[in-house]
Amino acid sequence: MEEKEKKQLSSVPEKHNAFVDWVNGEERPKTEKKVIRENIRRPKKEKKEDEIKNYRKFKKVYIGLAIAMCCAFIVLLLVVVNFDPSFGIIDAPTNNEVSAKYIEDGLADTGATNVIASMILDYRAFDTLGESTVLFSAVAAVIILLRRDEEKRNAKEQAEFDKETAVIKEETLTEEKYPNIILQVISKFVIPIIFIFGIYVVLNGHLSPGGGFSGGAIIGAGLILYAVSFGDRKAKKFFNFKIFTAITSGALLTYAGLKCYSFYTGANHLHSIISTGTPGAILSGGLILPLNICVGFIVACTMFGFYKLFSKGEI
Amino acid sequence: MFDATTLLVWTLLGFLILCAVASTVVKSLLTTTLIFMSYSLVMSIIWLFLESPDLAGTEAAVGAGVTTILFFVTYNKIKALDKKKKEEADKESEADKNEDDNT
Repeated sequence: MEEKEKKQLSSVPEKHNAFVDWVNGEERPKTEKKVIRENIRRPKKEKKEDEIKNYRKFKKVYIGLAIAMCCAFIVLLLVVVNFDPSFGIIDAPTNNEVSAKYIEDGLADTGATNVIASMILDYRAFDTLGESTVLFSAVAAVIILLRRDEEKRNAKEQAEFDKETAVIKEETLTEEKYPNIILQVISKFVIPIIFIFGIYVVLNGHLSPGGGFSGGAIIGAGLILYAVSFGDRKAKKFFNFKIFTAITSGALLTYAGLKCYSFYTGANHLHSIISTGTPGAILSGGLILPLNICVGFIVACTMFGFYKLFSKGEI
Repeated sequence: MFDATTLLVWTLLGFLILCAVASTVVKSLLTTTLIFMSYSLVMSIIWLFLESPDLAGTEAAVGAGVTTILFFVTYNKIKALDKKKKEEADKESEADKNEDDNT
């Protein structure tokens, strides 16, 4: 066998010979196997040393680049500031006729006593739609990253998932076994007051300071207090994931739909059905009241969703 | 010398600067979070001096309420406040790293 191999080796290059042997069903010579194993082992160790060296280089370059970029940004900003209008010129946007128009004609055009609400929800309602979309997409991104649901996992990830589930289940069990009595007794008095105050701030957004953002934050804080003091099971009875998605998507779509009507009537110079009403009444200000309610819903669900996803991984 | 309100506003602003510097110098994470909370509270009062009550309400609800709770929930998840649990978590992550090396 060895002589035949030597003769074959002298006439034909090595690789071709080994391939022919393998195709014909003969095993590879043992020497080749050892060589292949060593070739596979060595690159791993060299890779680690190379990786460490490259990482140290990358760190130095990164620090240098970071400082250079910061200096570039500072110089750019200082140069751009020179092109701003100087302090006190009549044509500057702070001093010209735009702010005077909003303050003087705000009440007559929109019917809202609160000038800020008329600005952010009537003259500039499109910007508020953008803000609400940002809140909605933030909550959507956190749901994608943190929500624990059934999906295909390999063995290692399934082990971690089971460990996390066990820890969370243990936490909920201890919450129910040893309820926090001080929190529960005080929350029974305080939570209705918080909700009523939050709803008042949202509904009176066009009459007094407040609006959708403040009221929504207050209602969200009240929901968090309820979930902390009474446990998950009771909170899920009236606020589970289906209700959450229905409220957030529905509120954003309602906002967009109502504003579509306003844009349509404004662009075609039609007279809109919705009247501005008498200033000072609760049903005045045109579309500002429904829009405040939509924004309040979105903000409250965002706050509560963040807390739930961070702590329990599900809503 | 100066008006009482301007003196009060200057005191509050000085406290803000003190909070901002102190939050970087302090050693423990718990103290830093509480400094953030007090910063939000003082900021909420200053919004009232600048004549915007809705911003004051929003800052109080969001800054001195929800974000502090989110900080504490995160610390609980990554076991950053309790020394014993932090050592356990570090040992687990090192064990995971060694498993990768052996395969």
